[in-house]
Amino acid sequence: MKAIEFENVSFCYEESGAFSIRNLNFSVEQGEFVAVLGHNGSGKSTLARLSNGLLEPDEGTVSVFSRRITSKNLYEVRKDVGVVFQNPDNQTVATIVEDDVAFGAENIGLAREEIGRRIDFALRAVGMEAYRTATVARLSGGQKQRVAIAGVLALSPRVLILDESTAMLDPRGRREIVDVVTRLNKEKGITVLLITHFMEEALLADRAIVMNRGDIVMQGTPREIFARKEDLLTYNLSLPRISVICEKLRAGGMKIQDTLDVETLAKEIAACVS
Amino acid sequence: MKDVTFGQYYPRDSFVHRLDPRMKFLFLIAYIVAIFLATNFYGLAVCTAVLIAIIALARVPFGKVLRSIRGILVLLIFTALLNILFVDGETVYAQWWIFVITREGLLFAGLLSLRLVLLVLCSSMLTFTTTPVALTDGVESLLTPLKWIKLPVHALALVMSIALRMIPVLMDEVDRIKNAQRARGADLDRGGLMHKIRTTIPILVPLVLSALRRADELGDAMDARCYMGDKHRTKYKKLHFTWRDLLAFLVGAVLITGVVLLRIYLPAPF
Repeated sequence: MKAIEFENVSFCYEESGAFSIRNLNFSVEQGEFVAVLGHNGSGKSTLARLSNGLLEPDEGTVSVFSRRITSKNLYEVRKDVGVVFQNPDNQTVATIVEDDVAFGAENIGLAREEIGRRIDFALRAVGMEAYRTATVARLSGGQKQRVAIAGVLALSPRVLILDESTAMLDPRGRREIVDVVTRLNKEKGITVLLITHFMEEALLADRAIVMNRGDIVMQGTPREIFARKEDLLTYNLSLPRISVICEKLRAGGMKIQDTLDVETLAKEIAACVS
Repeated sequence: MKDVTFGQYYPRDSFVHRLDPRMKFLFLIAYIVAIFLATNFYGLAVCTAVLIAIIALARVPFGKVLRSIRGILVLLIFTALLNILFVDGETVYAQWWIFVITREGLLFAGLLSLRLVLLVLCSSMLTFTTTPVALTDGVESLLTPLKWIKLPVHALALVMSIALRMIPVLMDEVDRIKNAQRARGADLDRGGLMHKIRTTIPILVPLVLSALRRADELGDAMDARCYMGDKHRTKYKKLHFTWRDLLAFLVGAVLITGVVLLRIYLPAPF
């Protein structure tokens, strides 16, 4: 079943007048982990906002689990498709962690006991159960963003979209988020759409999509994508650090195969040195 | 400041802390009424005793509570002086030009100052013993009857709690903007009053802009989490009246009655 499906979708922001997304056809299967890569202004955030009805397409249709998004079913669609945004400070409503996680569950009118269970589940899923009564303002960036994910999980969505949710975090915070999301996808079967401009984060995805100027320009497994180095550079994307290291080592005269796995690279280097 | 959620909550697990925030609000109102019904020192002595009992029960250090007078110190001295110098009376202690110092003036100044002090101390006890979240919940619940006259009570309470939540975020932002302006050569730390006022503009404008941008993003994030106003919305935290609240209610009622009785049977200022 298709979790999200775009059919001939075009969208343009009123202020700029230029198309942000042009005649886009694209879909995500249920249970899939898709990474969307792209430079600033490539239309990848617009994609996220179209997927849960925060924006309405000018042309074409967006469907979620075979239901076309209209202004009437927004509420139902948003229960299914949760979005975590870029800045953790701008998406927490309450001062205390558990109150913020409860917000979404309160909005859909759940009973008190059920909300309590959802908070337990969501905080455990992101590994923040120890911070249930902590003050959000005192947490680190990565922790705040995990709370934001928990706040979305409390609605028990079937699709989780991360709209550059790692962009403002330090490498450790980014790692935390990617780990949590990968686990949610593998263990709970939640469909994940990870929008990012950090190549490394796409490595764990089932499929990677590269966007440029409102169009999908490359598609395939992360390995296939990263193998096309010249193409990536023309879309203003930088290679994953590990690919750069492989390249440099080769340029320095070592016989090393391209790899995206740190362990494999370590073994190859060891083999070359000995 | 960033460490505290907001204001001056003093975490303790005490009788007063555990009271329902609505009861604390109502008690504060009753207390203020009592202060102004008390026309003599006997009544105010009772009020003071009650306040001291509350502070002791809440286990908040007295010094910390007393410090909250600092905010109104100027006002306090000013009203006291005004009363001492201008109130007419029969027993005149000193006289100079249009100023007279009388027994009545001194008494009146004392009475008024004591009232102001009690008012501020009792109000600050509310914020010392109640978290901002509990405060907003209490306000929302107490204002519920006003939904009848179409007042958006839920929205107002939400606005209040988001404002509280954003204070530390915006304080960080002020620091960032200040540093950014200093890096561009702005002189924020010296100069007279006019200079200080002028230098707030390059801080205020970016702050307001960023607050608006944040509000926009927060709105999207709330929409994405199915926010539709208070339509079929439930609440995770419910407020409960307990025996403690009943006790507080009785104390408040007895206080007002006592003060009224003192006013009737002991009308003299002493």
